[in-house]
Amino acid sequence: MNTDNVVLKVVDLKKHFPVKQGIIMREVGSVKAVDGISFDIRRGETMGLVGESGCGKSTTGRVILQLQRATAGQVFFTGADGETAEMTVLKGEPLRRMRRKMQMIFQDPYASLDPRMTVRDIIGEPLIIHGVVRGKAVEERVEELLKVVGLNPLFANRYPHEFSGGQRQRIGIARAFALNPELILCDEPISALDVSIQAQVVNLLEDLQARFNLTYLFIAHDLSMVRHISDRVAVMYLGVIVELASRNDLYKSPLHPYTQALLSAVPVPDPVVEVNRQRIILQGDVPSPINPPSGCRFHTRCAIAQGICKEKRPEWRDATTGGGHWVACHLVP
Amino acid sequence: MAALLEVKDLRTQFQTRNGLVHAVNGISFDLAEGETLGIVGESGCGKTVSALSLMRLIPEPPGKIVGGQAIFQGKDLLRMSPEEIRRVRGAQIGMAFQDPMTSLNPVLTIGRQLTEALELHKGMSRQEARHRAAELLSIVGIPQPTERLSDYPHQFSGGMRQRVMIAMALSCMPQLLIADEPTTALDVTIQAQIVDLVKRLRDEIGMAIIWITHDLGIVAGLAKRVIVMYAGFIIEEAPVKELYAEPRHPYTLGLLGSLLRPDETEHRRLVSIEGLPPDLLGLPRGCPFVPRCVYAVARCWEENPALVAVSQGHKKACWVDAPQGRLQ
Repeated sequence: MNTDNVVLKVVDLKKHFPVKQGIIMREVGSVKAVDGISFDIRRGETMGLVGESGCGKSTTGRVILQLQRATAGQVFFTGADGETAEMTVLKGEPLRRMRRKMQMIFQDPYASLDPRMTVRDIIGEPLIIHGVVRGKAVEERVEELLKVVGLNPLFANRYPHEFSGGQRQRIGIARAFALNPELILCDEPISALDVSIQAQVVNLLEDLQARFNLTYLFIAHDLSMVRHISDRVAVMYLGVIVELASRNDLYKSPLHPYTQALLSAVPVPDPVVEVNRQRIILQGDVPSPINPPSGCRFHTRCAIAQGICKEKRPEWRDATTGGGHWVACHLVP
Repeated sequence: MAALLEVKDLRTQFQTRNGLVHAVNGISFDLAEGETLGIVGESGCGKTVSALSLMRLIPEPPGKIVGGQAIFQGKDLLRMSPEEIRRVRGAQIGMAFQDPMTSLNPVLTIGRQLTEALELHKGMSRQEARHRAAELLSIVGIPQPTERLSDYPHQFSGGMRQRVMIAMALSCMPQLLIADEPTTALDVTIQAQIVDLVKRLRDEIGMAIIWITHDLGIVAGLAKRVIVMYAGFIIEEAPVKELYAEPRHPYTLGLLGSLLRPDETEHRRLVSIEGLPPDLLGLPRGCPFVPRCVYAVARCWEENPALVAVSQGHKKACWVDAPQGRLQ
């Protein structure tokens, strides 16, 4: 792997949330939302992070941005200037300076914009906070950003409620772009939108990436969307990454039994294909992350699990020796 | 096959502070016994209001069914007395809704919610109904069904609540199941479990299904025929294979073009439908899709096209021959 081009390096990252109970709120356990994950993202690529609800994909995003601090592990960010910072130890002003380079687009365009701020204030706020531009220049930059995301600059004086879901998501994108970031974390950016509007937003994200040479971490549960937008894809289950590979390798020849089941569960919008499709139907629900299963976390629902799967946590390894198809499963040769 | 349900010119409106909302504007379709019909469309297209109208579950006011007929086994659902429709709902027509947390009663046990319909519609005793309820839970794949009867909805996971909903909908062996986005809030692996379950039950008891969704993927594998709705109108109707292979309405074309496939290998640019869905205050003069349509001609702004047959079983409401871009 070409390590020179790595923008983001995540090493054995963990985030546990304490579970407290009783009158004195004694800690009785912890939710292991993210439990030891490692991956790299290279400059200019889109890394997709998929998984079902509660698998820890959103927490991973938030911990990378230091919106929540990691319980253990490291996150390294390398800027275009070649300077590398260990995000997980930074505090105060140095952290704030690094944050300019990584921004986030949120899932819910209804909840993530302050209803009492105008579009100008929403998009201009990061510019003012980081002291990038002042006075009249803020206004000019806001107008420019609105044009970039395909909104009329005259909309700057309006409030979020005057816009549709798709337009609000464009406002969120404009705000994320305000500081010329290098890495953008998209956390389910289109799942709240209608199909015809989803395509508009995805096309916009792709155009902006090409234009500004951006790196995306794209978090979503929609496997078709992730296949469309990503160069490489990581699959999470119950706080761990079970498989990571280039988009076509992962979708054409998934190695992990969970990835196989997940992919077979996605309906193909084509009646001719659907008629003959064999599904792997998983039994039961995802176990609780408070007491995750021992060994391989998937063994309780895995059709081919054996004794070792219950006892030993599978090693995270490249199954193709250098081909970059990573998997954590005892039974993959 | 005989028609089980015949809907003619159904119209439903809502009186709001901003004016009259035309939610459903004269839709007609029929459904044969044992047939599965998909109704697809984006939010606000009137698909849910249509289903609620058939079940007479539109809150009145502000809503009102202002016209139409829905003949179910020879009787008009829309003209039944409240007493009559109550006997049909749950017994002959089962319903499953999108959000199992708001459609289950949080202060009644699962067992009570299941036995209520059985006692009411089937005249079972408490004991018989309880026995049957446990059987239903085991059919939908809930482990330890007898013990779980005394649990409350919050003690079930999302997927399990949805199974309970389906068990309730099927408890009286209805001839028709109306399912309104029953898997939308669920993860794909759980969705696959539910769809698999519904297909199995459909084949076993031979019921007809109206499956309402925005997901063209699920419909592809489940329905025999599909209706596409836009702004309260049916704009296209076709057998499922034909709809995906030869969509004829510009909106359907756009919708299928914007769709992503999990088996796509080549990266392509998505076709997007520009603009926004219409608000439903006031009826449009022309075609409701015309402001977003790339094929629009002058006539489209003037007259709303009727739903007419283009081939056997395939209907569309459009003045233009969309794939060719010609006026018909």
